[in-house]
Amino acid sequence: MSEALQIHPEVAVGHDAHHNGDHGHHHQSFITKYVFSTDHKMIAKQFLITGMIWAIVGGLFSVLFRLQLGYPGQSFPILETFFGHWAEGGQIKPEFYYALVTMHGTILVFFVLTAGLSGTFANLLIPLQVGARDMASPFLNMLSYWFFWLAGMVMLASLFVQTGPASGGWTMYPPLSGLRQASLGSKIGADLWLVSMALFIVSSLMGGLNYISTILNMRTKGMSMTRLPLPMWAIFFTAVLGVLSFPVLLSGAILLLFDRNLGTSFFLSDIVVNGEILPNEGGSAILFQHLFWFLGHPEVYIILLPAMGMVSEILSVSSRKPIFGYMAMLGSLFAIAILAFLVWAHHMFVTGLNPFLGSVFVLLTLLIAVPSAIKVFNWLTTLWRGNIRFTPGALFSIGFVSLFISGGLTGIFLGNSTIDIHLHDTMFVVAHFHIVMGVASMFGMFAGIYHWFPKMYGRYLNSTLGYLHFWVTIVGAYLIFWPMHYQGLAGIPRRYLDKSSWLSFNGFHDLDKMITVVSIVVFAVQLMFVFNFFYSIFKGRKVTTTNPWGANTLEWSTPINPGHGNWEGEIPEVHRWPYDYGKDGRDFIPQTEPIGANESQH
Amino acid sequence: MQTFFIVAILVLGFLITFQIAKASEYVGIMRGEEKARKQTNKINAFLLLVFLIAGMIGVYYCNERLKGKILGAPASDHGVHIDNMLYITIGITGIVFFITQIILFWFSYKYQESDTRKAYYYPHNNKLELIWTVIPAIALTVLVGFGIFYWFKITGEAPKNAMVVEITGSQFKWEFRYPGKDKILGKKYFKKIDDAANNPLGQLWEDPANHDDIYVSGEPMHLVLNKPVKLVIGAKDVIHDVGLPHFRLKMDAVPGTPTTMWFTPTKTTKQMKEETNNPAFMFEISCDQMCGKGHTNMRGEIVVETQPEFDAWIMSKKPKYFAAFPDKDPATQKADTAKAAVAPVAMNTMK
Repeated sequence: MSEALQIHPEVAVGHDAHHNGDHGHHHQSFITKYVFSTDHKMIAKQFLITGMIWAIVGGLFSVLFRLQLGYPGQSFPILETFFGHWAEGGQIKPEFYYALVTMHGTILVFFVLTAGLSGTFANLLIPLQVGARDMASPFLNMLSYWFFWLAGMVMLASLFVQTGPASGGWTMYPPLSGLRQASLGSKIGADLWLVSMALFIVSSLMGGLNYISTILNMRTKGMSMTRLPLPMWAIFFTAVLGVLSFPVLLSGAILLLFDRNLGTSFFLSDIVVNGEILPNEGGSAILFQHLFWFLGHPEVYIILLPAMGMVSEILSVSSRKPIFGYMAMLGSLFAIAILAFLVWAHHMFVTGLNPFLGSVFVLLTLLIAVPSAIKVFNWLTTLWRGNIRFTPGALFSIGFVSLFISGGLTGIFLGNSTIDIHLHDTMFVVAHFHIVMGVASMFGMFAGIYHWFPKMYGRYLNSTLGYLHFWVTIVGAYLIFWPMHYQGLAGIPRRYLDKSSWLSFNGFHDLDKMITVVSIVVFAVQLMFVFNFFYSIFKGRKVTTTNPWGANTLEWSTPINPGHGNWEGEIPEVHRWPYDYGKDGRDFIPQTEPIGANESQH
Repeated sequence: MQTFFIVAILVLGFLITFQIAKASEYVGIMRGEEKARKQTNKINAFLLLVFLIAGMIGVYYCNERLKGKILGAPASDHGVHIDNMLYITIGITGIVFFITQIILFWFSYKYQESDTRKAYYYPHNNKLELIWTVIPAIALTVLVGFGIFYWFKITGEAPKNAMVVEITGSQFKWEFRYPGKDKILGKKYFKKIDDAANNPLGQLWEDPANHDDIYVSGEPMHLVLNKPVKLVIGAKDVIHDVGLPHFRLKMDAVPGTPTTMWFTPTKTTKQMKEETNNPAFMFEISCDQMCGKGHTNMRGEIVVETQPEFDAWIMSKKPKYFAAFPDKDPATQKADTAKAAVAPVAMNTMK
C-alpha cells in the first residue's frame, strides 16, 4: 500500500478504488499469514493470545503465593513435585515466594495489561475505527509484536535459571536488585529481567509511534478528530504516554545494568552487604525510584485509559444512547494524560522526599480525581434513561465502572501524604491498585474481547459462559480485595509471606484463607473463559450480520471476516460523530450516513 | 490419589457447565433468539440489583467483622493527626462511594431494555458537567487542605528538646544507637564497619562524640513517654523501611542517604498492655520495604516507659567505644588498678 498517499485521507480515498481487496486475495503462506503477518488484525490476535498465555502464567503464580498466604506452614506435596527444591517439603520457600510475587507483578502489568490490552485493541481497532486499510507502518507493527515475543522469551528463560528469576518486587528497586549478594533473584535473574524489559520497551515504542501516526494521519474522509470514537482518543493518549515515559524506564534499566555489570555507582552508595564492604560511593538509590515511577505512574494510565475508552464505547452501544458529554470525556482523558506525568513522586512520600515537594505532589495527585469524577458521572448519565442490553461486554463495562469508583476512591487515601505515611506499602496499597488498575483494566479488556470477538473471528463467544464468567469474577474480585483494605489499615506490610511471628498483624488467618479459596475459584473461572475463547474461535455460533450490536462505528461496516485491507471497495466516508443512538426516533445512525435534511442538531 | 479426585471433579464440573452453556445457546436459537435474549437480559438486570443489595450488606458485615482488628487508638501525637485525616477521608469518600454505586446499579436495573421505552437522546448538558466538576474540586480542596496541614505538622522540624535515636537496618535486623551524655551522635563511615572489631556501625573513633554513644541490638529500642524523639534512619545494604504501625509512622532506610522522622509517644508499653488486654503486647518495628528473603521476619521492638525507667535502662548500657577499646573503659581501668593491687596473677590469666 502506498503510504505517501495514505497520509492525506482525501487523496487516499480515490486511490483506494482500484486497490481494494488486493491484500485479501494475495496468496499467503502460513508463515506470512499467521506468523510474520503485517495485517493489523492478525497482529492484534497475536498480542491477545500471547497476553492470555501470560495471564494464565501470572495468574497461576498468584494462586501459588496465595496458598502460602492462606495456609502458612502447611505442606502441599504437589508443589514439591513441580517446583523441586523451591518448595522443599511442599512449602514455598521465601526466595520462591518473592520470585512468584515479582513475576506475577511484572507479567500482569507489562505483558498482560500493557501489551495484551493496548497491543490488542490498538492494533485491532485503530485502522478499523479511523477508516484505514492498515497501520501507518505495518512492518514496524509486526516488529513490535516480535520484540514483545522476544521480551517474553527472555523473561520465560529467567524462570528456568538455577538461581531463579528476579525477585526484588516488580519495581526492582536497587540496591536489592543491583547486588548479586543481596538475594538469589538478584543474580542472573535480574539481568534477564532488565534485558527483557529493554526489549519490551523497544516493542512498546514501535507500537506507540505507529498508533499515534495512524490516528493522526490516516483517518478516512470526514473523520475529523472530534468524530473519533472514544477508544481512539483513549488509545491515542495511551500511546503518547508510552512514547514519552517508557524511554525513562529504559534509561533506568540500562543504568542498573551498568551498576550490576560494569562497576558504576548510579544507584549504589555506602553499602556493606553480608559483611562485604563495596567500593561504590556517591550514587543515589532514590534516583532509580524517580526514573522508575516517571514511567511507573503513567504506566497505570497506559493500562487504564484503553479500558476507559472501550468501556465508554460499549456502554453507549449497549444502553442505545450517546455517550454523555463526549467533549468532557475527551477533555478528562487529556487532563488525566497530562497529570499522569506530574504525580510520580506520590509513590515516594516516605523515601525522605522533601516535605514541600511532597505537598506539591499531593495537590497534583488529588487533582486527578476531578477528571476521574467527570468520567464516572458521565458514564452514570449515559446509563440514565437508556434501554440497556446486558451483553457480557456491557456487564463487564458496568463492572469496570463499579471497580473504578471503589479503587479510585481509595486512591484519594493514598495520594494524601498524611494518610500515606501509615498506609504506604501495606496491604491497603495492594487492595487499591489491584481493584483500580488490575481488575478494572482486566474488566475493560474482557468487555473489549466479548464486544469485538465477532469482528475478530466472525463468531460469538458463548454468552452463558460469559455471564458466569462475569458474575463469578466481579463477586470474587470484591471478596478478595475489599477486606484486604482492613489488613492495610491494621498496618500489615505488603510482601509478608507469613505473619505468625508478629503480634500486631496476626489476627487475619480466617480472612487470608477465605481470600485464597476465592482466588482459586476466580482463577478457575478465568480458565473457563480461556476455554470459551479458543472453543468459540472454531466452534462458536456464527455471526450472520455485519453489525451484530447495532453500532455506529466504522468497524461494523466491514465484511464479517474482513481481509487484509479491511473494506472491499472504497473506504467509507464519515459524516457524523459515532454516538447517534436513539436520535430522532431511530435506534442508531451509522457514522457513514450523511446528515439528513431535517435532522435535529445536538 | 486425593489430588487426582479433586482434578477429576473439577474437570467434570467444568464439562457439565460447558454442556449446559452450549445447550442454552441451542435452546435460545430454537425458541427465537430475540425472545431468549430478552429473558436473559431481565435475569442479568435483576442480578445487578441483587449484587448491589448483597454488596451493601457485605460491606457492613465486613466492617463489623474486621473493624476490631485494626490497630486501635494511635500511640503517638502524629498518629492522632493521621487517624483524623483518615476519618475525614473515609467520611467524604464513603458518601461518594455509596451514592455512585447505588446510582450505577440502580440505573442499570431500572433502565434495562424494555419494549415500552425508547432510549432518551441526551448527548450533553454543560450545567450538569460543570456541577460535577466543581463539587469534586471543592471536596478535594478540603482534603488537600487538611492533608497538607497535617503533613507539615508531622514532617516539620523536630522540637529542640527531642531525644535522638539512630536506627540502622540491614538484612535482616535493626540496630540502634543512642548519642550518650553529649547528645551528639558521632560521625561514621561505612568502610569502617567491622563486626569483628566491635564496630558494627562504622563509628569513627577519632570523633570524640562517638566515645559515649551507646549501641543497642538484639533488644527493644527504649523511648520515653511524652518526650519527642527524632529517629535518624539509615541502612547498610539495601533499602529497608522503619514501619511503626501503632505510632502510624513510616520512613525508608536508604543506604547512603540518611533520613529522619520524629514523633512523641503518648502511651507506655504497660498502658498498651492494659488497654489491649494483652500481657504480651509490644510496640513493633516492621520492615515495610521489600529487602530480601528475610523481609517477613525483620522485626524490631520498642518499649515506651517513664523517664526514670528509661534512665535506669540507659545507665545499664556501656558505650561501644569501650568494647572496641577495653583499655579506655574507666570500669576496666578501675578494675585493673584494683585487681593489679590485689591479684596480679588473676589479671594475667584474664589477658
